[in-house]
Amino acid sequence: MNLAASGGEAVYETTTGGLWFVEHAWIVVLLPLVSAALILFFGSRTPGKGAVYGIAAVGASFVFSLGVLLHFAQGGGPFEGHVEWFTIGPLHLELGILVDGLTGIMLVVVTAVSLCVHVYSLGYMHGDERFTWFYVVLSLFTAAMLTVVVSNNLIQLLVGWEVMGICSYLLVGHWWEVKENSNAAIKAFITTRIGDIPFTFGIFALIAATGFTTTNIGEVSHELGLGEVSPLFVSMAAILLFGGTVGKSAQFPLHVWLPDAMAGPTPVSALIHAATMVAAGVYLIARLFEVFLLADEWVLTTVSIIGGITAVGAALLAIVQNDIKRVLAYSTLSQLAYMVAGLSLGELGLTAGIFHLFTHAFFKALLFLGAGSVIHAVHSNNMSDMGGLRKSMPITFWTMLLGSLALAGIFPLAGFWSKDELLVVAQEEHVTWLFVVFLGTAVITAFYTIRMLLLTFFGEYKGHAHPHESPATMTGPLIALAAATVGVGLLGAPQLGAVFGQWVFFEAVHEAVFVPWIALLSTAGALLGLAAGYTLYKDRKERDPLQSPMGPLWNVLEHRYYIDAFYMRAIVYPVRDGLSGAVNWFNQHVIDAVVNGTAVLAKGSGQAVAWFDRTVIDGAVNGAGETAGRTGNALKYLQTGNVQWYAVGLFVGVIALSIVFVKLV
Amino acid sequence: MIRLPLVLMFSSLLFSAGVYGVLARRNAVMVLMAIELMLNAVNVNLVAFASSLQQMTGQVFALFVIAVAAAEVGIGLALVILLFRTRESINVDEVNLLKW
Repeated sequence: MNLAASGGEAVYETTTGGLWFVEHAWIVVLLPLVSAALILFFGSRTPGKGAVYGIAAVGASFVFSLGVLLHFAQGGGPFEGHVEWFTIGPLHLELGILVDGLTGIMLVVVTAVSLCVHVYSLGYMHGDERFTWFYVVLSLFTAAMLTVVVSNNLIQLLVGWEVMGICSYLLVGHWWEVKENSNAAIKAFITTRIGDIPFTFGIFALIAATGFTTTNIGEVSHELGLGEVSPLFVSMAAILLFGGTVGKSAQFPLHVWLPDAMAGPTPVSALIHAATMVAAGVYLIARLFEVFLLADEWVLTTVSIIGGITAVGAALLAIVQNDIKRVLAYSTLSQLAYMVAGLSLGELGLTAGIFHLFTHAFFKALLFLGAGSVIHAVHSNNMSDMGGLRKSMPITFWTMLLGSLALAGIFPLAGFWSKDELLVVAQEEHVTWLFVVFLGTAVITAFYTIRMLLLTFFGEYKGHAHPHESPATMTGPLIALAAATVGVGLLGAPQLGAVFGQWVFFEAVHEAVFVPWIALLSTAGALLGLAAGYTLYKDRKERDPLQSPMGPLWNVLEHRYYIDAFYMRAIVYPVRDGLSGAVNWFNQHVIDAVVNGTAVLAKGSGQAVAWFDRTVIDGAVNGAGETAGRTGNALKYLQTGNVQWYAVGLFVGVIALSIVFVKLV
Repeated sequence: MIRLPLVLMFSSLLFSAGVYGVLARRNAVMVLMAIELMLNAVNVNLVAFASSLQQMTGQVFALFVIAVAAAEVGIGLALVILLFRTRESINVDEVNLLKW
C-alpha cells in the first residue's frame, strides 16, 4: 500500500528532511491499530499484560509525527495521497491521507498526549481487572482519532469519528459495575449521537453538492467554491456539520455529557475528554473551514454565540464544583468554547483557535493526569477530602501548579500565548462582545483554577487515606507534559516569529502581532481572578465562602442551570416512560403480529402445499404405477405358455395385415 | 411347361397343410415337419416365379432357404431330444411352463 506511488500529489517548495514521514503518514495511524489488535489477541499472555505493545506503537507514532512536523517546520508544502477504496456508481470512495500543517500539529498533539496517557495508565490502572482491555480500547481510540486527523475524505473521517465515539463509550463505562458509570457512558454516547445525526446529514449534503461524485474534502471545498451551489444550501450543510462539533466538543446545548463522562478512569478523561476527542469537533471546523467561510454570515455568528455561551456558562459552573475532575471538565468545556468561538472569527481565528487547541491539549492533559495522581493518592474525587497535599505529593503539586497557571493564562506559559492570540484576533475582527467574553472567561478561569489548587494542595488534609507521591510511571508523564506546557506556547509567540502561524493557516500566512495593551489586560484579568480566588479560599472553611453572597444564583449553578434536570424531565423521562412503552406496545402488537402472521401464513400455505403434494402429485405417480400394474395383470392371461396359440396369433395377424394392405392401401 | 397358377395353387395347398400342422399337431416332431412343409411351399413359389420371370434370383433364394431349413431342423431336433430327456414327452401342449 504505497500511497506515494499510487496517486500522491504534493506541492514541494523545498525538499525537506521530513518528506518521507509525510508521504508515509498512514503508518502513524496503522501502528496503534496494529497494537490494538496485538493487545486484544496476545495482551493477556504477554508479560505486563499487553501495555508494552500500546506504548511501543504510540511511541513510534509520536516519533513519526515529529518527523511529519519537521517537514512543515522546514517549510514543506501539503501532501495528499490516496488509494481507491470502492466505487458506487459515479461516487469514488478513496482511502487517503491529507497532510498539511494542521494535520501535522494534530498528529503531534494526539500521539504525544496518548503516549503520556499510555505510560501513565501503567501506574494508574495497575491491578485493574480489565487492564488489558483498557489498553486495547486506548490504542483503538488513538488509531481512530488519527484516522480522523489524516483523513482526506468525509466518509473516512466519519468512520474514525464514530469509532472514537464507541471507544469513548467503552472507556467512560470501563467500571460499569457501578450503575452511575454505565449511565454516564450511555449519556455520553447518546448525547454525542444526537449531534452526529446532523453531522451525518451535513456530510451527505456536501457529497450531494458535488453531484455524488466525490467525498474528497479538497474537491468538495473546490466544488462549493465555484459558486454553483446556492448559499442557503452551503449554510445548511455548514450548520449541520456544526451539529457534530456541538456533540463531540460538548458545546451548549449538548454539553451535558462531558462532566458526567468523568466517571471514566482519569487517564481516559485526560486523553479523550480533555485533549483529543473533544478537540475533534474543533478540528472538524478547521478541516472544513472553507465550507463555513462560504456559508452565509449567520452560520459563523451562530458558532460564535454557541461558543460564547458555553465559554462563560461552563466557566461559572466550574466555580461551584466539589469534584476535582468536574472542575476540570467544565474548564474543558469552557476552553473548547474558546476554540470554537475563535474559529468563528474567520481566517485569523483558525490559526488562533487551533493554537489554543494545541496548547490546551498539553496543559489540560497535565491537569487531568495530576488530578488522577491526587485521586490515586486520596481515593476520592472530592476536594473536600483533599487539602495540604503539596507536602506529600511534591511532583504532582509543582506540575499541576504549572498546568494551572497555564490554564489561567500567566506569562510565559502556553495558555498565555494562545489566549492572547484569540483576544488579539477578536479585537482585530472588531467582535467586541466576544472580546469581552474571552476576557471575562479568563478572569473566571483564573478564579476557579486557584480555588482548585488551594482546596487540593493547601490548608489541612481532610481525607482518610494516607496520601503518597505516585509512582514514576505516573509522575514521568506529568513532568513531560509540564515541560511541554512551558515550551509549546513559545511556538506561537510573536516575539519569536510565531512559527505556529506558518504551519497552520488558511490560504495565506498572517503575521502574528503582539498588542501590548491586550497582553497587559489579559494578564491583569488573570491576576485579578487569581487574587480574588486566593483571598476567598486561602483559609479553609466548612461552607464555600461564595455560597451565601451568591444566594439563589449558587443554587442555579449547583444544579447546572437546571439543564440536566430539564433534559431528564423533557426528554429522557417521556422517552423512557412514554415513548419506549408505546414503542414496546407497537413492537409486541404490530411488529410481532406481522411476524407471527407471516409465520402462520407460511405454515398454512406449507400445509396446503404438502396436501397437494401428497394427494395430487403422489396420486398421479401412484396412479400411473397402479394403472400399469392392473393393465399388466389383466393382459397377462394372454400369455398361456402354449406356443401354438402364439402362432395362431401370428398367422391371424399376418392375414389381417394382408387384408389391410391389399384391400385398403 | 406347367402353368404358373397351377404351381401357385399347389404351393398354397402345401403351405396351408404346413400351417395346419404347426397349429394343430401335438407332436413336436410333426410340428417341425409342418414347418418344413411351409418352407418348401415358399421354395416352390420362388422357383416357379424364377422360371416364369426368367430370373436366377428366385432359385438362389431357394437354395439359401434349403440350407437355412437344414440348420433349423438340426437345432429343432436337438431341442426336441432335450425336451424328451427332461420331460419324457414331446407333446407341445405340455410344454407351457413359460407363462403368467
